[in-house]
Parts: sequence; C-alpha cells; structure tokens
Amino acid sequence: MNHSISLTVNGARRDFVLDDPRVTLLDLLRERLHLTGTKKGCDRGQCGACTILVDGKRINSCLALAISHDGADILTIEGVARGDQLHPVQAAFIAHDGFQCGFCTPGQIMSAIGMMREAQAGNDPERIRECMSGNLCRCGAYAGIVDAVLEAQAGADETNQRRSA
Amino acid sequence: MKQFAYVRPATVTEAVAAAAQPGAVYLAAGTNLLDLMKGNISRPDRLVDVTHLDGLDRIERLADGSLRVGALVSNADLAYDAEFAKAYPAVAEALLSGASAQLRNAATVGGNLLQRTRCAYFYDTASRCNKRESGSGCDARDGENRTHAVLGWSDRCIATHPSDFCVPLVALDAIVEIEGKNGRREIALDELHRLPGNAPERESALEPGDLIVAVRLPPAARGFAAHARYLKVRERTSYAFAIVSAAAALRIENGKIADARLALGGVAAKPWRARAAEDVLKGVAPTADAFQEAAWRALTDAKPSGDNAYKIELARRIVMRALTLAAAGTPARIPALPASPFASTSGAIHA
Repeated sequence: MNHSISLTVNGARRDFVLDDPRVTLLDLLRERLHLTGTKKGCDRGQCGACTILVDGKRINSCLALAISHDGADILTIEGVARGDQLHPVQAAFIAHDGFQCGFCTPGQIMSAIGMMREAQAGNDPERIRECMSGNLCRCGAYAGIVDAVLEAQAGADETNQRRSA
Repeated sequence: MKQFAYVRPATVTEAVAAAAQPGAVYLAAGTNLLDLMKGNISRPDRLVDVTHLDGLDRIERLADGSLRVGALVSNADLAYDAEFAKAYPAVAEALLSGASAQLRNAATVGGNLLQRTRCAYFYDTASRCNKRESGSGCDARDGENRTHAVLGWSDRCIATHPSDFCVPLVALDAIVEIEGKNGRREIALDELHRLPGNAPERESALEPGDLIVAVRLPPAARGFAAHARYLKVRERTSYAFAIVSAAAALRIENGKIADARLALGGVAAKPWRARAAEDVLKGVAPTADAFQEAAWRALTDAKPSGDNAYKIELARRIVMRALTLAAAGTPARIPALPASPFASTSGAIHA
C-alpha cells in the first residue's frame, strides 16, 4: 500500500509517495532527495551522525520513520548556509578545527545549532560537552568542537545583546 | 527489518482497536522500537502510530494538586519545563541523565516507561533469551552479566529495566493512566512492570491494545521538592545506561525526616521501590547512621545473578550518597552533569 506524505525540507515543500513504510527520514533525505550531507553512521541512534532538526528540534533521523513525520519541517546541513555565507556554527568549526575526517561534522553542526536553540548549556563548557554527548567523533576532535560551539554561542549572545540594546 | 502494515488512527478508541489485533504494536517516537526492529528483535506485523493523536502532549496541573503528563510529551520538553523541574527536581534530573539530547527530544513519556531491556543477549538474536523467545533459555546466566539484576531476578531471566525516568517516578507514587478495550483505568507505576518469574516474556500489566495515555504525580509528590536527588553510576558520565542508580526524596520538618522515598534503578526488571529503607528513615534525624541503615535495608534481599556481586555494595553506597545529597538540599539548578556522583559541583561526601 502506498502512502503519501509531504515535508518541508530546507524551506521547500516536497511531496513523496512511499511504497514501503520502513523508510527512515535519513534514507529519504539521502536516497530520494540526494541530500547526502546527513550521514549514516551507526544507523541505530548511537552516534549522532544523522542529526537533523525536525520542527526546530535535533533528533536522530535514523530512528525516525518518514511516514510518521507527515507535515514536518526539516532542516539539514544543506539548508543552514545562506548562499556562500556560512552559518556561524559552520564558520566556527572551521576556525577551531572542529573536525578531522569530517564524517561526523554535519551531525555535530546540526546538533550544535539545535543545542543553541534549546538554550540550556549557555557558555558553560561542561554543559556544552554534556549536551553534545550524543555526537561521537572517532577522530577525537572534541576539544575543537567545544571551542567552536563556545565561539558560536558568544557570537549569538552578542547579536542578541545588540538587538535588545 | 520485517515488512509491516502502517496504521494511523484518528482517535484513541481507534488506536486501541487497531493495536488489540495480534502482531500489532504502538509506534510513538520509535527510538527504541525502530532499533529493535532493525535488529530483528521485534518483528511486528502492524505499527499503530499514535504520534498524531490529539490531547496526549499536555502537561496539566489538576485542581487537587496532582500533575498529569500526557504520554506523548517528549522527555526533553518535560525535563525543561521550568515548573515541572522545580516541583519534581529528581524526575527532571533523571530524565536529563538518560540517553542523548537528540533521543530525549524525540522519546516520549509513554515510550520511556515501556522501553525494553538492554541485556546484550536479548539484543543478540543468535543467543538464547526467554524474554525474546519464551522457553529458549537464558545465555546471560553463564555469560557477560556484570550489569545484570541483583534483585527480583529468576533463573529464567536476569535482565534489568533501563529507564532512569521510572526510578524517581516510582518513588513518588506515580500513577499510569491506561486506555484499553474496556475503557479507562489506572494503576500504580509500581504495578506496571512485572518481575520475570517463570514468564519473563510478559513484561508489564498491559493487555493487548492497552495504551498508556498519561502519567500522574499525586499531590504529595510535590512535598519533596526541597530535598530530592537522582544519582546514577554508569561506565561513562554521559549517554550511558545505569549500572546502579537511586532516587532519594525527603521531607524534612524540624530537623527530622517526616517522610522519605527511595527507589533504585539498574538492579531489577522494574524500578525498585525500597519501602523497608523508607520506613527506617521516617521520624529520625537525617544523619549518616540513619542513611547507612536505610542503605542496608534497601539491599537486604539482594543477591548476585552472576559476576555482579559488586553491584550490591555499589547500590548501598549510591543510596547512601543520594540520601546525603538529598538531605543537603536540591541544587538551585540541575548540575551540568545530571545525576553524576562525580560532578565537581555535587558537593558529594564519600560514603
């Protein structure tokens, strides 16, 4: 039995006919939309490489059935830059060497963006490490990742202050 | 993953009817179910998706002072609800000590209660497991069983229930609201999970079609907000299941313990309420001697199920420390490393 769903992906509405209910959001993004920035690491919710934002919140797309997310608003790594202008979190990852091989990086960046929206960690490195523990980096670039998030958070705080001033 | 039929009911009544069919299971966020299905541990014929049902995602304060949490509220939304965290700090701390931020954003209250054991032999379909396949045997008994149960286990099954959330909930007398074929009923959370006995494949009191629609904290649960902690020992400080955990909640009046609640996690097939330990605390001063006695009482019936005798002593110490920290007072903010006994800011006293 076919099921029709529609999603908003990086701002654009996309309609799908699913001939198999088993497809995850991760596989839909990669195989149907060829948005391969979202990575398949463990495929079991343990590594965080597949992190995307669904309705503004970071989740593991490998453990989300596409069919259950009819109507959802999805943001992937492909949707965070504005043209050639990198998202501040992307720029901070480059500035602080927040990666080595790069495989986990899209998930790390999406997770960091989600974490900053959650506004629970602030600029406390210990809270940032805790709130990013769902993203593994086998190269061990954690120190750079935390520095990158701290810089991005400081930039966001500054922007907010300027807005409220 | 085995093929399945997908059903999206429009009402709770439709959901119950659809899920009462043989081979049907409910789908909420799927953070545990999909993992089990990918590993062929769960092989449902039909998924009944409840995530689109109305009215199950609310946190409501009731007139009598109870709090009612809808089954579809996410673990993160509940933990970060400021009023909830203030009234039930040990529950919020337990939620934040579980899984990862991504999983907490998706995983639901109802799903957390019904998550399956992480026993490696349950997960490995090449192993014998009475829970996965009734009567097949238990390879955990003679296997790697350092993390297995020390309370309430049987020769058939030594698995533990992995939830952190359930531990303070059971300490606070949480009630589970269930919609079933014969309408609405409610049971104590303490009655939801079953000990393995001769039928470890029967994990809960739920009947086919039963849907958990809400969890309720009774009015008295608020009385412990000033002295409540959840502590959890795990093999790494974040994103790991408990080896042993404890929720301790005290009501202290005029220097004496007016009421005490204690429950353990990671030690049995259900969240383990330690009533005998609570009894020795009532009416006495919150002293180290009293906490030692309570810790001893909490583990009186414990026995190793394998290479895990250390968990009994570990559990005593974590109870001791949870009570000590609870007596010292709930921190103004949940610590940076929730539930960690090693947190630099915890003020922990070595028991």
